[in-house]
Amino acid sequence: MQELKKEYKDLLPEKIIQEIEDSLPEKVSKTQLKEIFKRVLEEYENSQVDPGESVGLIAAESIGEPGTQMTLNTFHFAGVAEMNVTTGLPRIIEIVDGREKIKTPMMEIFLQKPYSEGEKIKELAMKIKSTLLEDLAKEFSINIGELTIELQLDREVIKQVGIREETIQKTISQGVKSITIKKTEDGFIIRPRAKGNESLNELYKLKEKLRALFITGIKNIQQVLPVKRKGEWIIVTSGTNLKDVMKLKEIDPTRTISNDIKEIRKVLGVEAARQSIINEVYKVIEDQGLNINVRHIMMVSDTMCMTGEVKGITRYGIVGEKASVLARASFETPIKHLLNAAIQGEEDHLISVIENVMLNQPVPTGTGLPTLKMKR
Amino acid sequence: MSEVYIDGKFIGTVENPEEFVQQVREERRSSKIPDGLNISYNKVSDEVQIELSNGRARRPLIVVKDGKSLLTEDTLKKLQKNELVWSDLIKQGLVEYLDTSEEENAYVAFSEEELTKEHTHLEITPLDMFSLSTSLVPFANHTLSTRVHGGSKSQKQAVGFYTANFPVRIDTDVSVLHNPQVPVVQSMVYDISESDKHPAGQNIVVAILSYEGYNMEDGVIINKSAIEYGMGRSSYFRPASAEELRYSGGLVDEISIPDKEVKGYRIEKDYRFLEDDGIIHPESKVKEGDVVIGKTSPPRFLSGMDEYNLASNVRRESSIAMKHGEQGTVDFVMITENEEGNKLVQVRLRDLRIPEIGDKFASRHGQKGVVGIILPETDMPFTARGVTPDIIFSPHGIPSRMTVSHLLELIAGKTGALSGRYVDGTTFNSEPEEALREELLSLGFREDGTETLYNGMTGRVMKAKIYIGDMYYLRLKHMVANKLHSRARGPIQLLTRQPTEGRAKEGGLRLGEMEKDCFVAHGASLLLKERFDSDRTIVPICEECGLVAVYDRFKNRSYCPMCGEDTEVSNVELSYAFKLMLDELKSMGVYPRLELKEKY
Repeated sequence: MQELKKEYKDLLPEKIIQEIEDSLPEKVSKTQLKEIFKRVLEEYENSQVDPGESVGLIAAESIGEPGTQMTLNTFHFAGVAEMNVTTGLPRIIEIVDGREKIKTPMMEIFLQKPYSEGEKIKELAMKIKSTLLEDLAKEFSINIGELTIELQLDREVIKQVGIREETIQKTISQGVKSITIKKTEDGFIIRPRAKGNESLNELYKLKEKLRALFITGIKNIQQVLPVKRKGEWIIVTSGTNLKDVMKLKEIDPTRTISNDIKEIRKVLGVEAARQSIINEVYKVIEDQGLNINVRHIMMVSDTMCMTGEVKGITRYGIVGEKASVLARASFETPIKHLLNAAIQGEEDHLISVIENVMLNQPVPTGTGLPTLKMKR
Repeated sequence: MSEVYIDGKFIGTVENPEEFVQQVREERRSSKIPDGLNISYNKVSDEVQIELSNGRARRPLIVVKDGKSLLTEDTLKKLQKNELVWSDLIKQGLVEYLDTSEEENAYVAFSEEELTKEHTHLEITPLDMFSLSTSLVPFANHTLSTRVHGGSKSQKQAVGFYTANFPVRIDTDVSVLHNPQVPVVQSMVYDISESDKHPAGQNIVVAILSYEGYNMEDGVIINKSAIEYGMGRSSYFRPASAEELRYSGGLVDEISIPDKEVKGYRIEKDYRFLEDDGIIHPESKVKEGDVVIGKTSPPRFLSGMDEYNLASNVRRESSIAMKHGEQGTVDFVMITENEEGNKLVQVRLRDLRIPEIGDKFASRHGQKGVVGIILPETDMPFTARGVTPDIIFSPHGIPSRMTVSHLLELIAGKTGALSGRYVDGTTFNSEPEEALREELLSLGFREDGTETLYNGMTGRVMKAKIYIGDMYYLRLKHMVANKLHSRARGPIQLLTRQPTEGRAKEGGLRLGEMEKDCFVAHGASLLLKERFDSDRTIVPICEECGLVAVYDRFKNRSYCPMCGEDTEVSNVELSYAFKLMLDELKSMGVYPRLELKEKY
C-alpha cells in the first residue's frame, strides 16, 4: 500500500488516494490493489479537461443559455415577516458585475448553543440591530421660539433595547458637538451652544443629524429577524456588518455568512469570497429550478478572484485586464482602447480567440492548438 | 371649491362639482354643446376635467335614466324603418360617446336585465369592446384573448379581394385571391361591415388528425386536388417603375432601348421584350435578368478633364430589370408624368401563385401553419361518404393553445354547409352549440362532428373517430416564393469585401457571434477559420516597417513604399476587414506595425 501510495503521489490528488484507502475492503491482494489504482488513475485522467478545451466559453454558454429562461419577476411574499430579497437574474448580474454596493445586503447569523435553541434570542437580536436615536424617540420637534430641539423618548422601545437613559444622554453629547443637553420628564431638550446667530436651517440640519445618530447595536444592521431553520434558531438581518458581528461571543463565526461578496473579501479574504460567489450564484440557479454544473460557476468565480481582488466581468473589471488590445476593443468602448494602445505603443501577441477571428487566423484552441516544429 | 380644467389648462373653479358636471352632460345630450366634449369629476383630486382634444379613445354607450334605457322599442322600430339614423341617436342624447376619463364616472350595465337605479349607461352590445377585425372572429368568447388577437391579426394578412378596382391600380406587394368565398360561419359584423363584398378566404373541409407526420409543429397537409380546384390560388402584383430624371446641365435620363455603346450594356437577349419606346409589352413572360423598362442615364461625374475624354462621355445603362429569382407576367403598363413633370413609366407585374410547400395558411383563431406536404387526393384519408379533407390540421395545436372557437367553427361550419345556410357565430351572441349539434344529428351525422375515416394509402379504417368539418381558411400573404434564399458565391461589398446582406442583394447567410461560439466550444478551430474566410486576402508585409507593401506584377517583385526595394517582404494571409482597419488606423495617425514571426 505504502509503495503504491508513493508511486501515485504525483499522479492522483491526495484526497482521492485517501478515499481509496478509506473505502478498501479488509482483504485485498497486492495485484488487486494495483489494479484498483490503475483503474482509478485511468478514470481520473479521462474525466480531466482536455488541453485546448474552451472551458471559459463553455462555462459562459452553460450559464448564459439557461439564464434566458430565468423569470424576471422575483416572487414577493404576502407575509409581513419576510424581507424582499434580490434574486433571479438581477442578483446574478449583481454578483457577476462585482458591484461594490449590492441591492439587498443580508446576513444569516448562526448562534452558539444556548442561543441557537431560542434562549434570549430576542434580546440578542436587539443587541445586534443598530439602534438610532430616531428609533428611540416618540417625537422629534423643533421649538421655534426657544430654538431648541425637543425629544420625547419612547420608553417601551428603550426597555426592549435594554439601554439606560443616562447612556443615551451620554452618547448624544459625545456624538454631536457643541450642544447642551437637558433631561426632562419624558425626554431631552437639546440646545445648540449659543453663538447668537443660529438660523432655523442649521437647527433643522442638527435635528436630522440627531435622528441618524447611532446609539447602540451593530452599525448597518437595519433589521433583524430571528427564524427557526432546520430545528435551529438563526438571525437573519438586512444590512451587513460581518466584521463586528464576528466579534460577538454569542454567535457561531464558522457558519455566519453575509451575501455581500466585497465585504467577505475584506473581512475573510479572497478564498472565502470565491466560495461565496459560487454559493450565491448556485443558490439563485437552484432557486429558479435550473440545472447548471457547479464547475461552470467555479470557473467564473475563479476568474473573478484570480487577481486576489474580486473583480466583476465588466470593462472596468476582468475584461479590462485582458492583455490583448484587440480583445478589449472588441468587447466595449473600442475607440478608448485603441486610442490608449496607440499612445502607449501596446503590442498584441494574438494569443487568444477574438484577435485571431478578427485576423482570420486559426484560433489557438481545440484543433488550432497543436503546431508542428521542424528539426533544423 | 373644485378646480376646472379644459384640456389640462386651468380655467376656474366651481362650487358644486357633481352638479356642474351633470349639468354639462345634460347640455351635451340636448346638443347645446358639441358631442365631442367629455367631462369628468375626480373625487380624489377634487378636479373637473373637460376634454376636447383630438385622438382620444371613445366608445358609444346607451344613456340610462332612472334605471331605464333611453333607447326604447319605439326608437328601434324607427331605426329599422330607416326613419332614424345613428347620428340622430346622438343628437337626441340617447347614445353618447364616453372617453376613458368620463368612463370612470359611469356605471355601465352589461345587459338590459341587470339595470338598476344606480346605472348611468348601458352597453350597446358586448361586441363593441372588440375592433372591427376582432369581431369577425367567430365564437371568440370561447378562446383566450391572445389567440383571438392572433386570429384578428391573421385576417389582416389574408389574401383576398382587397378592392374591386385592382386592375387599374398600381399597388406595391399585393395579392388577389382568385375564388374568394363568403364564410359559412359569420358574425353580425359581416353584414354591418359589408365583408361579403371583400372576402378573404375560402370554406374548406378540415380534418383534425395526425397523418404521416407532415403536419407536425404547426404544419398543414393540403389536398392536391383542392389546389387544382382552385383553393388558395392567387395572383401577386408588384410594380416596376422608372422615371426620366433631370440632372444639372440640361441632362436627362432617357427611357428607350439602350444603345450597344452604352456603359454597362447587358446582353442583347435581356432587352428582347422591349418595344420601340423602350417599355416592355403586356403579357410577356419575364424571368430573372430580363429588362422591363430600358433606360439610360448621363455619365455620373462630368467635370474637369473628363469633358475632353471621349470614352467617359458615353451614357450609362440604368434599366429596370427583373431581380434575382423573380419571374412573372407583365400585366399592365402605364405612362404618366409625376409631380415634377418628369416622364414616369410604371409596369405592373403579375405572378400566379399556386399554393406550394412553405406557404402559410390560417384559420380565424390564431391557428396559423405552413404547408408541410401536398398529398394527391388518392393518398388523403376519406370518409364513408367519400369526402376527402382539403386541409389536415394537427390535433397537437389544440390543447396548449386552447382555441375552443376553432373547434366550434368546425362543427358550426359543417352544420351550415350541410344545411345550406349561414351560421351565426357572433361573439357572446352566437347560435348555441347544442342546437348546432342537434341539427347535425338530424342531418344524419354524428352529433359530435366526428366521422370514421379510412387511411387513403392503406385503405384501413382508422381506429379513432376523426373530427372533420368545414372551416373558413385564409391564405396569408407570406409566400415562400418571396422568401426563399440561398447563396454559394455571390456579390460582395466594395468596402469590406465581405458578402452583401439580405435576400434582395443575394446576400450571404451570416455566421453570427453565437454561432462562432459554437465552433470555439467544439474546438473546431480550422473549421471556424474556413467559415470566416469570405474576405480572405493575401497581403505583402514589409518586415522592416511592418506596413503593407506593394507587389509589382510587371516586374514580379515586391517593394515597400517606405523602406524601398531592399527589404524583406512576406506574404501574409489576413481578413480584408482587418487590412481595412489597419488602413483606418493609419488614416488617424496611428502606426499599426505588424511584427511577423518566423514562419516555421
